[in-house]
Amino acid sequence: MIQLKAIHKSYQTDYNSLHVLKGIDIDIKEGDFVSIMGSSGSGKSTMLNILGILDKYDEGEYFLDGHLIKNLSQKQEAHYRNHLLGFVFQSFNLLAFKTAKENVALPLYYQKVDRKERQELALEYLDQVGLLDWADHYPNQMSGGQQQRVAIARSLISKPKVILADEPTGALDSKTSEDVMNIFKKVNKQGITVLIVTHEDEISRMTNRVIRLRDGIIESS
Amino acid sequence: MFDKDKWQEIFGTIRKNKLRTILTALGVFWGVFMLIFLLGMGSGLESGVFKNFGSQMRNKMYVWGERTNKPYKGFPAGRSIEITLDDLAAIKREVSEVDMLGPRRRMNSSFVSYLDKSNNCDIRGEYPSMVKIEPLVVREGRYLNEQDLAQRRKVAVVGSKTSELFFGEESPIGKYIMIKGIAFKVVGVFGPIELKPWRISDTEAIVVPLNTMCHAFGLKEIIDYMAISSSQDTRVSVAEEKVVALLQTRHQIHPDDPNGIGHENVEEEIDQVVNLFIGIKSFLWFVGIGTLLAGIVGVSNIMLIIVKERTKEIGIRKALGATPGSIVSMILTESVFITAMAGYLGLLLGTVIVGGISYAMFAFEIETDNFYNPQVNLAAGLGALVMLVIAGTIAGLIPAMQAASVNPVEALKDE
Repeated sequence: MIQLKAIHKSYQTDYNSLHVLKGIDIDIKEGDFVSIMGSSGSGKSTMLNILGILDKYDEGEYFLDGHLIKNLSQKQEAHYRNHLLGFVFQSFNLLAFKTAKENVALPLYYQKVDRKERQELALEYLDQVGLLDWADHYPNQMSGGQQQRVAIARSLISKPKVILADEPTGALDSKTSEDVMNIFKKVNKQGITVLIVTHEDEISRMTNRVIRLRDGIIESS
Repeated sequence: MFDKDKWQEIFGTIRKNKLRTILTALGVFWGVFMLIFLLGMGSGLESGVFKNFGSQMRNKMYVWGERTNKPYKGFPAGRSIEITLDDLAAIKREVSEVDMLGPRRRMNSSFVSYLDKSNNCDIRGEYPSMVKIEPLVVREGRYLNEQDLAQRRKVAVVGSKTSELFFGEESPIGKYIMIKGIAFKVVGVFGPIELKPWRISDTEAIVVPLNTMCHAFGLKEIIDYMAISSSQDTRVSVAEEKVVALLQTRHQIHPDDPNGIGHENVEEEIDQVVNLFIGIKSFLWFVGIGTLLAGIVGVSNIMLIIVKERTKEIGIRKALGATPGSIVSMILTESVFITAMAGYLGLLLGTVIVGGISYAMFAFEIETDNFYNPQVNLAAGLGALVMLVIAGTIAGLIPAMQAASVNPVEALKDE
């Protein structure tokens, strides 16, 4: 599903160049449940951005579901993000002026799905994360755990092949973290590849495979 | 194509961000309103001033005879020139630029009586055409006609004030008044179209056929002056030149003599006022469009700030699969929609206020010397609206491009 071959990435600042990823090789099979661990500065966020087609890499090759992700137009990037990937962020990143239902439905808007169908699907996915009763609430009326579940529902609605989660439990207490992780497990059982970036051992223990990054190279996988 | 989803998305955003929307709209609203209002007031000022001139004044001139200033063909200087009805006929025959001729002969302060009432009035000997050349209007009955002239009838048209003096509330039509002991039948009442201080004499004078007057009172058939209107599409100054040249030839006057044939027209004065209003109008346009531009720049500015404010939102949308095109389209449509709506409201309010002033002045019969019937220039209004939509596009374009180029990694970075 995901293949990284000798990925290099540097950030140019005004005075020096920061070599963040120094040749990453990873092969993640479809339906895998993987966590990426590493201290801050290890390059795990950069790697996730590259996997999410939010950032470009300098060298190497990245295949996502068989497509080479390189030199794409912004439109193609948007298309792959929309159809293959689902994002879950540490800070949820819900749109504050939209209700839970509208937030969940948003990716389908960019797939040009009919409005009525969008609403129905959104309710269906909210039901899956146990928030059907909260469909018409705004994010600021919900707890962090609830918001994250809305965000997961949103990432799932476009039926992606891969879920990329960046510290999804970073802002949650341990009880809600467990709830969220259980949802991820459920999602994974449906055959969706799940990738979680985390620095918590309890979280990584719940995944099937742990990739450890250190100073831009893979320490173990 | 009308994309319902896109509009629902935009309306949703606008509804949830009312203050932002209102602030954006205000500049444009005010700009359009000012443009419409200023132009409306300008048009009111213009029609007010031109109303003072009188509608028929533009192509009118006066010609009269006076003492010559230069000797010519054996005639000495200082000779009195008398214009006759033959001159009138000659002008009509030979100067094609002339449309209408109205001769006038005056007898000042003549004794006029009706039953036991009497007064001293100015008597005017005229042709029927005079009522069409000068800004006069028949209030009752009729003015002179060709039969009066042909049959040399003893008929009179009296000024409205004189009529009131002699007949009070009664109708004067068919009554006989005595002018210097001779009975004239009253056939009509006349007055000036607009009552201005310099037109008061029109309410007091008594008009009779020119030939009747000369015959009845034993006067030579000469005229004091002629009012002449030039035909349409001819500048009165062109006709004036030809008329004066013709009269100079007919009366053996030196072609360079500034006197002999006196003449006057108000074309130049009117031209000056026209130019003045061109100036005023350009100024109003300048101010109005300036205000509008400031409004549009304001929209662009606020849209830029909004894009900044929405960086995160745009980042999220991009992560969820929004194409750059859809982001540009979203920001642009919002910008155009806000400008067009605000512009339309400004147009509406401007029209309502200018129309309201016009209506109020009409309904309450408010009359001022220099302001009359302000009108909204609808073409300018619609032009402004079209311009606004274009401007809204331009105003939104820069922010939209910026929005499309938002880097989702940067946008989604947690502080």
